[in-house]
Amino acid sequence: MKKILLFSFLLTIFGTAYSQESYPVNGSYDIRPGLFAFTNANIVVNADQTITNGVLLVKGQKIESVGSGTSIPKGYLIIDLKGKYIYPSLVDAFSTYGMPEIPRAAFNRNRQQVFTSTKKGPYNWNESIRPEMNARSIFASDAKKAEDLKKAGFGTVQSVIRDGIARGSSLVTTLKTGKENDAVISGEAAAHYSFNKGTASTDYPQSLMGSIALLRQTYYDAEWYKNQKSEYNISLAEFNQLQRLPQIFEVDDVYDVLRADKIGDEFGKQYIFKSGGNDFMRIKEIKATNGSFIIPLNFPKAFDVEDAADARNITFTQMKLWELAPTNPAAMEKAGVKFALTGLGLDKPADFWTNLRLAIENGLSEKQALKSLTEIPAEMLGVNDRIGTLTKGKLANFIITSGDLFKKDNIIYENWVQGDRFVVSKMDVSDLRGTYTMAMEGSAPLTLKIAGTPGSYDVSLERKGQDSLKAKVNFSRNGDLVSLYFDPKKDPAGNVRLNGYVHSLNPIVFKGDGMNADGSSTSWTATFSEAFKASAKKEEPKPAAVTGAITYPLIAFGNAEAPQQETVLFKNATVWTNEAEGKLSNTDVLIENGRIKSIGKNLEAGKAKVIDATGKHLTAGIIDEHSHIAATRGINEGTQAVTSEVRIADVINPEDINIYRQLAGGVTTSHILHGSANPIGGQSQLIKLRWGKSPEEMKFAGSDGFIKFALGENVKQSNWGDGALTRFPQTRMGVEQVYTDAFTRAKEYKAARAVKGNHVRRDLELDALVEILDNKRFITCHSYVQSEINMLMHVADSMGFKINTFTHILEGYKVADKMAKRGIAGSTFSDWWAYKNEVAEAIPYNGVLMSKVGVLTGFNSDDAEMARRLNQEAGKAVKYGNLPQEEALKLVTLNPAKMLHIDNRVGSIKPGKDADLVLWSDNPLSIYAKAEKTFVDGIAYWDMEKDAIKQKELVKEEARLIQKMMDAKGKGAAVQRPALSRASLYDCESIEGLSTEEEHSH
Amino acid sequence: MKKYLFGLLGLLTASEISYGQATIYPAKPQTKPIAIIGATIHTGNGKVIENGYISFENGKITGIGDASVVKFGSGTEMITATGKHVYPGFISPVTNLGLTEIEAIKATRDFEEVGGMNPHVRSIIAYNTDSKVPNTLRSNGILMAQITPQGGLIAGQSTVVELDGWNWEDAAYKTDIAIHLSWPSSRISASPFAPPAEAQRERAQKALSDLEDYFSQAQSYSQLARPDVSNARFGAMEGLFKGSKRLFVETESAKDIIAAVNFFKRFGIKPVIVGGSESHLITSFLKEHNIPVIIHEPHSLPANQEDDVYLPYKQAKILHDGGVNFAISVGGYWQQRNLPFMAGTAAAYGLDKEQALASITLNTAKILGIDKATGSLEVGKDATLFISNGDALDMIGNDVELAFIRGKNLDLDNLHKQLFKRYSEKYEDQKEVKGVNPATH
Repeated sequence: MKKILLFSFLLTIFGTAYSQESYPVNGSYDIRPGLFAFTNANIVVNADQTITNGVLLVKGQKIESVGSGTSIPKGYLIIDLKGKYIYPSLVDAFSTYGMPEIPRAAFNRNRQQVFTSTKKGPYNWNESIRPEMNARSIFASDAKKAEDLKKAGFGTVQSVIRDGIARGSSLVTTLKTGKENDAVISGEAAAHYSFNKGTASTDYPQSLMGSIALLRQTYYDAEWYKNQKSEYNISLAEFNQLQRLPQIFEVDDVYDVLRADKIGDEFGKQYIFKSGGNDFMRIKEIKATNGSFIIPLNFPKAFDVEDAADARNITFTQMKLWELAPTNPAAMEKAGVKFALTGLGLDKPADFWTNLRLAIENGLSEKQALKSLTEIPAEMLGVNDRIGTLTKGKLANFIITSGDLFKKDNIIYENWVQGDRFVVSKMDVSDLRGTYTMAMEGSAPLTLKIAGTPGSYDVSLERKGQDSLKAKVNFSRNGDLVSLYFDPKKDPAGNVRLNGYVHSLNPIVFKGDGMNADGSSTSWTATFSEAFKASAKKEEPKPAAVTGAITYPLIAFGNAEAPQQETVLFKNATVWTNEAEGKLSNTDVLIENGRIKSIGKNLEAGKAKVIDATGKHLTAGIIDEHSHIAATRGINEGTQAVTSEVRIADVINPEDINIYRQLAGGVTTSHILHGSANPIGGQSQLIKLRWGKSPEEMKFAGSDGFIKFALGENVKQSNWGDGALTRFPQTRMGVEQVYTDAFTRAKEYKAARAVKGNHVRRDLELDALVEILDNKRFITCHSYVQSEINMLMHVADSMGFKINTFTHILEGYKVADKMAKRGIAGSTFSDWWAYKNEVAEAIPYNGVLMSKVGVLTGFNSDDAEMARRLNQEAGKAVKYGNLPQEEALKLVTLNPAKMLHIDNRVGSIKPGKDADLVLWSDNPLSIYAKAEKTFVDGIAYWDMEKDAIKQKELVKEEARLIQKMMDAKGKGAAVQRPALSRASLYDCESIEGLSTEEEHSH
Repeated sequence: MKKYLFGLLGLLTASEISYGQATIYPAKPQTKPIAIIGATIHTGNGKVIENGYISFENGKITGIGDASVVKFGSGTEMITATGKHVYPGFISPVTNLGLTEIEAIKATRDFEEVGGMNPHVRSIIAYNTDSKVPNTLRSNGILMAQITPQGGLIAGQSTVVELDGWNWEDAAYKTDIAIHLSWPSSRISASPFAPPAEAQRERAQKALSDLEDYFSQAQSYSQLARPDVSNARFGAMEGLFKGSKRLFVETESAKDIIAAVNFFKRFGIKPVIVGGSESHLITSFLKEHNIPVIIHEPHSLPANQEDDVYLPYKQAKILHDGGVNFAISVGGYWQQRNLPFMAGTAAAYGLDKEQALASITLNTAKILGIDKATGSLEVGKDATLFISNGDALDMIGNDVELAFIRGKNLDLDNLHKQLFKRYSEKYEDQKEVKGVNPATH
């Protein structure tokens, strides 16, 4: 079997090399010599070398020679290209040319869950892992699309199956139509990947983090597959096979590039990234991937902003992206990143040139543009021995142009693909421009002026003197034939229509006849009298485009300049230390190098900036134990009962306005949790709200790893409707068994790995559970009613693991003694209840009761709105149950710090700890308290006064962008109507498909 | 059968133990004059009386003023409230309180009728006085609410209730005061799940022309002396055209608010705008047309990323400065207990504290058309008020000690206090039995 496969593979290679020779012919053979000589041309061999007045010889489908002064052998058809240019034809590095449409599944509310692949045969369990797909076996050349692409100057494309996470192999083909055997130049060009599961019917993965986990697991599975005999799996075998090819990863967003690159690093792969075109947003990190790129030119269209009310639906980000996306190629060039360009995503191929020129206006060099459309993609795709430059032996794939390819008035005349001519725009026999003396029957002599550019002539008629006349002439030419019409506006008015032909050259003479407006016939001649003089004003180089600053993040209130760490002395504050000293009045706090330096009365300021905090309160920054902000494309991987392999760390999103809003509410650290859709959810990530930093920089370095567990109605899918009745568990009874089973498997796995090492299949899901058993990963468990809380404590006791925290834990007050006994913390809501059955007995006294019984207690948000006033939620512990105020504040500061094992760094005001501080206008537990300044690592990421300035600047910048959009529309740029698009807000129960992948798209 | 009955009885008894709220009785009518003295009295109409008194008899306020100059006879029950605060009962507008107990359970959801046009549907008959939720609101000072249906284009009619009573008849304060309509939004969603923009625009257009047709026909119907065929829906709308019933229109964007106000002008109706998250952008329009707005809770996120991060906190102040008559609401039912803190937030972000108070008392009463009898502390009005130990708009001050609805002294117990007590007792017992804090072993 394997031999046969290999054989057919070889056949394909030979098939392309020797053209269609293997096919029988019906009738007589018609094989032509295909000998062409292109003379007197400016031959752009590659971006670095141009031969002026050169000769290009073509024999059959190949270039025979390129040079100057070449003597032309007999039998060659000579094509004189005086003044014209020959370029290698362009390569679209990423297209779907010749690929079938990918069907979009209709949304079906009552669809039942699908756990494993529905594809028949020995394939991967998950349908989105489909490396067995290959473009070559489904490729069909497409004459219509090929024509459009050829018109735009393309000669070769990569065709990709854009469906699935492991998408199989692509091919490279020229745009020669007819039998595919002639056109395909690489049947297996590259292996392809994405984070989008496409049409796969398996529910998993449902989130971006699930896609990442699945791909990582597939790498491990494929490695394991090589040395095992227990399973036959075409997908894994093919996955391994494809590793020899270039590996291309398609993403839609700059942060996805970084995500994919991390996977590459883990498995020793360097991907080529097909990016989303917003790479400029994090150019430093993009450069650091060391990857090469295929970047799109489908820049966002301007918005229709004339209606001010509708314009409010456009986000600042959308406006900025509109302006800045065309700078992306230039930014990549400047950063020294190697990249190819693609027209993927454009409405029509003709837009390619509009946008490419826009990129050039925005700083992309023409040289780089040419490289990115010829040599670079050819090399990337491993076909640089066939295409990419005009070199002897390569395919005769080139375009003939009137001038510099990138100039606005350039005309592509012909596009030759493998020695086949395709006429885009007919080359004139000669340039018709000049002044002519024209004689028309029944009319005084006229002067005919043909100006403009060849192919786009500006023609006018005039007569001076008594019977003066001046008319614009509508002129068209088809080869030697011409037609003209014009309105002389007198004797009689109306259009005079003339037909004619080029009667002779040197000098040019036109002859013909026609019809006057009144229907009478006429005849005419025009004789060349004077050469065309290009008007004195040369095409002025367009001034370089001016754009606004890139802000970090690229949303409202982002920073163009990163705020700096400061040495600050808070003078005369009421300091809530959260330490033995308690609340200190009229006290100073000094911060330096991101740490708290000293606390005391009348501290020396030294070089420190002094902030008068008289009448104000200084507290440690608020820590939210349960948050779902700053994560993207799905907070739940709820498709399986156990998904401990997924990691929030993979999907941190710094472009979330809620980071800024929560800083404005005094939050400095957030624990970003997986949702509660399954008993064992994903691994969580602790972040500091470092507004503007990259995902990696936001992570709380050195902190312990946590994982989300969940109990109750969400995990048994009580409120999910009729589409969710099949996943185990559907009752609390089943939930217990899920845990018992998972940890039993984890123990067996650990034991087996200890003995047999890598012969045991590496399982990312079980790895995380083993970490729990080894006390290296800690559980925070979403929970409501006492029975299930009790249950999990028993499972933990019997399986030998610890529960760190029960989160939500609204009935914690009923089992607080049991929790306290085991040292389990409780992180709850202050006063939520009644929204579902399991919170029917949730009470606002829960926090007080738990903390009185000795449970380490905190209040969390699980809500982007509430998170920004957690201080007030803490205040409710004073109202409900009369907790002392200092203890109440600890519910949202020191206590969550302890739960998260970071109390050595944050959570109180103590010398040596991080300078994560909030300056409040009032008692922080009061409704009247406002966070005036919020520091993280001694950096004031929130400052009420600076915010006021930012608001004003934002209004100005928006106004500038709106004016610019209106100008663009006035100049004929395509526009789109504003529509309301809002970023997702997550809580525990959010289920979001990957179909919202275009969150950041333009 | 017998067995079944016994089982049921057993269950009832059990639930009586855990849900002791069955013994929280509706209050008895006021039997003798009461005077609260020495408190800081916030009247709800902008005034504050330090060391004030307020007296009431037969459920009506009989006197209010300076405590140092007033004397009461022995027949008056005296309540000394020195250092404490007295407020008019807070009023929760547009809430589905009592129409649902546990929102996730369909069987307890009685606020949304099927169909798009339900002007005849009345919330009051589904209002559950035995719900466990209202008692938790009273403890925070909310003493009245506008029970409001939701859903469809026209959801039905709302009624103002007092949060005390044996049944809905008792609780009803003013029935069927308004019809609630959800304005078809002209906003185009760019969500990947939304239909194409053109289809959305067409749908919005059609919804408007359907609505116009509906209101025109209802108006004509209201002019018929005796219709040949009676139509309950149109019948219910009669009051809108005759001025005896209000129209509450839920809509958010500035464009939609203007469109809605103009639309109803044609029918001689002046709507109350509910929501109005962009109402602060058109204060002069709202003022000019004298359109009141019931805004969402200030504890919301700004609608747009570009908005001032505190915009929802500041919106009340902007409306107030623009001369717009507004009240503050909270979405949902159990959430109503946070109504005071919504006003508190508005005060923290610029609104005068007494104006903030008015936005959950007198302003609300005016918008609901009940301000002649309630909503502020004035002689002749209902003695619906409470005493708080501290500033009731602040969570660290809100501590309701006594509350009265038309002079009736309320039992301020609730399920949460009972469960608190129940489990406090559990842990007290453990301490007694074991003599140590259970946390330590």
